[in-house]
Amino acid sequence: MAEPFLKIDRITKSFKDNLVVKGVDLGFNKGEFVSLLGPSGCGKTTILRMIAGFEKPSSGTIVVDGKDITNLPPNQRKIGMVFQAYALFPNMNVAENIGFGLKIARVPRPEREARVEEMLKLIGLPGYGKRFPFELSGGQQQRVALARALAPRPRMLLLDEPLSALDAKIRVSLREEIRAIQRELGITTVFVTHDQEEALSISDRIVVMNAGNVEQFGTPFEIYNRPATRFAATFVGTLNTIGATVDDAAAKRVAIDGQVVTIPSLPTSAKKGDRISLTMRPEAVSLATGQLRDIVLNGTVAEVNFLGSVIRLKVRLGDNAIDVDTFNDQRTPPPPHDSKVQVTISGSDILVLGD
Amino acid sequence: MSRTGLIATGIACAIFALMLLALYLYNHQGILVILVAAIGIAGLALIVIGLMKQKVDGEPTGKIWSWLAFALGVLYFLLPLLATFEFSVKIRREGYTFDAYSLVFADGRFQASFVYSLVIGVAAIVVGILLVVPAAYYVRLRAPHLRPIIEFVTLLPLIIPPIILVFGYIRMYNSSSILPLTNSNLGTDALLTLAYVALALPYMYRAVDTGLRTIDVQTLTEAATIMGANQVTILARVIFPNIIVAVLSGAFLTLAIVVGEFTIASLLNRQVFGVYMQNVGANRAFEPAALAVVSFVITWGAMGMIQLLTRFAPKTAPRNT
Repeated sequence: MAEPFLKIDRITKSFKDNLVVKGVDLGFNKGEFVSLLGPSGCGKTTILRMIAGFEKPSSGTIVVDGKDITNLPPNQRKIGMVFQAYALFPNMNVAENIGFGLKIARVPRPEREARVEEMLKLIGLPGYGKRFPFELSGGQQQRVALARALAPRPRMLLLDEPLSALDAKIRVSLREEIRAIQRELGITTVFVTHDQEEALSISDRIVVMNAGNVEQFGTPFEIYNRPATRFAATFVGTLNTIGATVDDAAAKRVAIDGQVVTIPSLPTSAKKGDRISLTMRPEAVSLATGQLRDIVLNGTVAEVNFLGSVIRLKVRLGDNAIDVDTFNDQRTPPPPHDSKVQVTISGSDILVLGD
Repeated sequence: MSRTGLIATGIACAIFALMLLALYLYNHQGILVILVAAIGIAGLALIVIGLMKQKVDGEPTGKIWSWLAFALGVLYFLLPLLATFEFSVKIRREGYTFDAYSLVFADGRFQASFVYSLVIGVAAIVVGILLVVPAAYYVRLRAPHLRPIIEFVTLLPLIIPPIILVFGYIRMYNSSSILPLTNSNLGTDALLTLAYVALALPYMYRAVDTGLRTIDVQTLTEAATIMGANQVTILARVIFPNIIVAVLSGAFLTLAIVVGEFTIASLLNRQVFGVYMQNVGANRAFEPAALAVVSFVITWGAMGMIQLLTRFAPKTAPRNT
């Protein structure tokens, strides 16, 4: 495989005695859109700031396009960045904001003006050049900030939670716009977010981070369907966790609420009587109305949430409760509250998570 | 203006008119009658308008006392000024004239000392800005833990009396010192400028620091840095234009201080406006009053400029933090 465009090599960062990034290795390909996803304090922003050059790694190196930039000052890195707080220059109008990087790079005026016009068109705000930042809405300001970051043709784009300050509707439309622009320009982009839906919807690959470590690095499909760690599984998406007791380790049989079922993914290290946690996505569980899968469990409907195209049922299985997602069917109403139901799961959809 | 505000202002005007009337009975200056009539009628009109105005529901009646207290406060400050002004135009027995002002303005020493004060003031402002803006910016950006220390240091000129300061300077920079600034005129001018920078430091630093507080210094700096700008460019093109109003208010405060300063300039033997005022005051009667009014107008002009400038402050977008 070719050398990655951005290579982060055993990078650590500590603030005084507090180690916030603990030896992270990552490699991003050219033109890739990668999200750093994790709860606050997981080190994702620190990694982004180290790529930008605002923080110096305590150890390790950052290599872009084969060149070590670890000790390069931020103003020589040729990287574009968009901040959560927009950070447009209040004293400059939109055109001056977008043209700032070009002016610094001493791009001649006619060329600069043409580029500004081009960027204004790209972000869908032609004719807004003379306006000042305070005259724009949050979403418009962030689009200008994006144009400003892209105008000097940086070799990489960093997005530091750019959508967090916006309201829900704008957030969705702007993230689609960002993704479309990124695809059009083919620019390598690192996006920091704590919103898993955001990360899943726009990324080529996602880095799931927790407490300064990388928990998993993969495509949204892999992260969601084959979480590598308990953290990755619980942080991304909704996950059902049910307690079970190993009944017969050799035959991979476990007991859930007294009902014995076979779990193909039961680790060989399990011993009879062990308490284990079984996890599965809500959409992997369905009501046993027609076709049965390898596991069938009896339960009681505890809650019915009608979400439109999807109906989420909470089904009680003794001490456990699991969420079951079924598509809305116009001909079949959902089972009523307190009714007895059977749920069915494919054994291969169940993950046995260690801690 | 609210109902009570109108009535209280009217009452204040009426009191003021009565005082002017008393002054007229004392010196029989015709112009005073016109002033009494004008201000008295205006006051009565305000009271009548106030009384006719519909009482707004829920408007506290106690407000009239606060307005009255405010009006009395204004009178307390304005009356001495008015008395000085009245005295300054009384140079001729025949009636009020501006002869004292003409005499003062025609005096070559007035022009020289005033221009000199302005030049030193502008120099102090430039040096102050070059010193304070980068320092306050650096403290906010990189060394916030130093802020209490810096604030204390900038307050020192308020604690140390100018007389002590100037004796210290003279001791440090006299003709037999390592840096004999007082040996030459230019050196003494530089010393005076630096002394004024120190004197204005508390005001300049606070004004700039307040200006920096209104912008997101760190993010703006980072945004400019990542686009290739260096520290000097960031200060000149991003930070400074956004705090220009705060800087100018610091500048006008500096100017107001410099124009009235006496102690340091006198002991450094520089003919500034304050020293000239003292000289005239020791030898003349009416001209010092005229000078006092002039210097007051300058100071108030500077303050008015600060107020005016805040209207042109660059508007920052509401920040979501």
